[in-house]
Parts: sequence; C-alpha cells; structure tokens
Amino acid sequence: MTPNPTGPQNGPGIEARRAMMALCAEAGRSELEAAVARLGAPAAEDLRPPETGLVMAEGRIGGDGRPFHFGEVSVTRAAIRLPDGSTGFAYHLGRDRTKARLAAILDALWQDSARRAGVEAALAGAAARTEAARRQAARRTAATRVEFLTVARGED
Amino acid sequence: MLAPGFADPVHDAQDTFRAVMDALARPGRPRPLRAGLEPPAPLTPELAAVALALTDADTPVWLDAGLAAAPEVAVYLRFHTGAPLTDDPAVAAFALIGDPARCPPLGTFACGTPAYPDTATTLVLALATITEGAGLCLAGPGIRGTARVALAPLPEGFVAQCAENRADFPLGVDLILTAPGRVVGLPRSTAVTEN
Repeated sequence: MTPNPTGPQNGPGIEARRAMMALCAEAGRSELEAAVARLGAPAAEDLRPPETGLVMAEGRIGGDGRPFHFGEVSVTRAAIRLPDGSTGFAYHLGRDRTKARLAAILDALWQDSARRAGVEAALAGAAARTEAARRQAARRTAATRVEFLTVARGED
Repeated sequence: MLAPGFADPVHDAQDTFRAVMDALARPGRPRPLRAGLEPPAPLTPELAAVALALTDADTPVWLDAGLAAAPEVAVYLRFHTGAPLTDDPAVAAFALIGDPARCPPLGTFACGTPAYPDTATTLVLALATITEGAGLCLAGPGIRGTARVALAPLPEGFVAQCAENRADFPLGVDLILTAPGRVVGLPRSTAVTEN
C-alpha cells in the first residue's frame, strides 16, 4: 500500500469521497464527535498537527462570470494516520482544529471499504440535517424571487 | 506507510535551523541535533530534520541513488515539505546524500553565479561518525586558529575536492554533515587539509 498524498487518483471513488468530505465540512463539530465515537475509531496519530492558515477564495459573479479574488479565508487542515497505516486528510473553513482532525479521521475510516457503510450511516443524521437546512434556505430565497421581464413595445 | 513529521512544527524546525546555523558559523564544531523523527529508511532522522526545516516549494531537492530508489522517501519529503524533487544536481538547492562514500564530485552541483553565489547547492550528508579533535584540519572564518574533526565515511579524494570547491570563492557548495545526534558545518569558506 503506497499512500499518495500529493494528489487524489482520479476514479469513480473520488467524487464520493469529495461528497463525504463536503458533508463533514457542513456538519457541526458535535455531529462529527458523535460519529467518531459511534464508530469506535482507533487512536489516530498526527502526521502533521492541525494548523490554520489563509487561503485566497475565488469568486465568480453569477457563478459563471470572470473569476476574481474574493478575499482571504481562514482554513484549518489536518492529516492523521490510523494504527493500520491508512491516512486521512481534511481542509475546513474556519479555525476549529478539533473538527478538522475529526473529519480527517472519518476520511481515513471511509477509505476502508469495510467501514465505508458504517461511516455513512454514522453521518446520516448530519446529512439529513444539512440537507433540510439547505432546502429551507432555498425556500426562503425563492420566496423573495423577482422575475424581471421586458415588455415588448410596438414600434410607434 | 506515511510517517509523521515534527511533533511541534514551529519549535522543532527552529531548533534544527539554529543547530545548522551555529554549525555553519563555527565550522568543524559539532552541534547536537535532536530530531525526534522516524522517517522511512534509508532517510536518517538528521537528514529528515534538515530537509523539513530548510526545504519548501521553492527549493528543488536532489536525492542520491540510494534515497531516490526508495519511493517512500519521495512521498515523505513531498508531503512534509512540498519541495520539488529533481534529477539534475546542477539545479538543486539542496542535495540529500545518504551514502557519502558514493557522493558525486562536488563540481557536479550548482556552485552559484558571481552575482548570486547564494544559488549554490547545499549538500546534506548522512555520515556514520563525526569526532572532534582528530582527523582533518580546518581553517578559515569562524575558526580560531585551526580545528580538527574526523569524518567517516567520506567520498574518494574529499580533501582535493574541497580545495577545488574553495578555489573559486565566493562560488562553491556548502556542506552540512550529519551523524546520529549531531551536525557539523563545512561552508565553502573553510580550508580543509589532511594535517
């Protein structure tokens, strides 16, 4: 087994892993703590202690305009190793080192195909909550939607 | 299996930097170097400590044949330092040499340019033993009178190579020599003789 921390291998698994880590980023620290406790994760060793830094965030107006530098955001990253040698990595917005480390542990567990279903089940509650929150925000936004339309005038 | 880096990245890297700086300021006088690392073989803890403290994404690193043959070493260095690894010793900012007896001639590494002598390669060698007070005779800046230090193993014709390296001063390579638990500096300004 050769870990490759320089970049993810492209494959069908990478999208699922990305979705999993996105869920960890949206979940709260207590939800991740509960998930790790429920899975009975073995003690993890820090490959690199969790650390906080700045990352330049890029924005696009309307989602498809020209990219511009939106501003710098705090990002915390963690890299851990489980006793069996599997490695997990996490990058989270904010400065919560404990949360980033918990997400890295879940990442390492998720990569083990035998434990993948368990990790997903442990985070099902968080997934349902974030999905409900997203839907509610979308509903609130939709309620204030304004339709602009151009009334064609005849040539006079 | 990826091995951990410094337990306390800021202070451990500063300790290592301080040891290397003092070693280069007083050539031939060994400094203690406690790394607390367990890098993948054949990378020694001292080589790993110097690499983690000094290299980053802007410093191409060259590995000797023994280190380059172990893929775990490349994975370890890339993960912890982000340094690009190069096959060409003439463009390397740092060269890690795990087997000093088969170190290529010092002339194959970058010796800098007259305008930028600092672009020379810094060689980091993993020796078996460094003993103060016997062996090679050193003189030059940072040494009161002369200093003696016994280094083993060394490449063939090391003293002649050092003389050649010093001939084009301020061009030339700097050497950081490590042994288990200690480090000694041999900058390009130091004159090395047999006795």
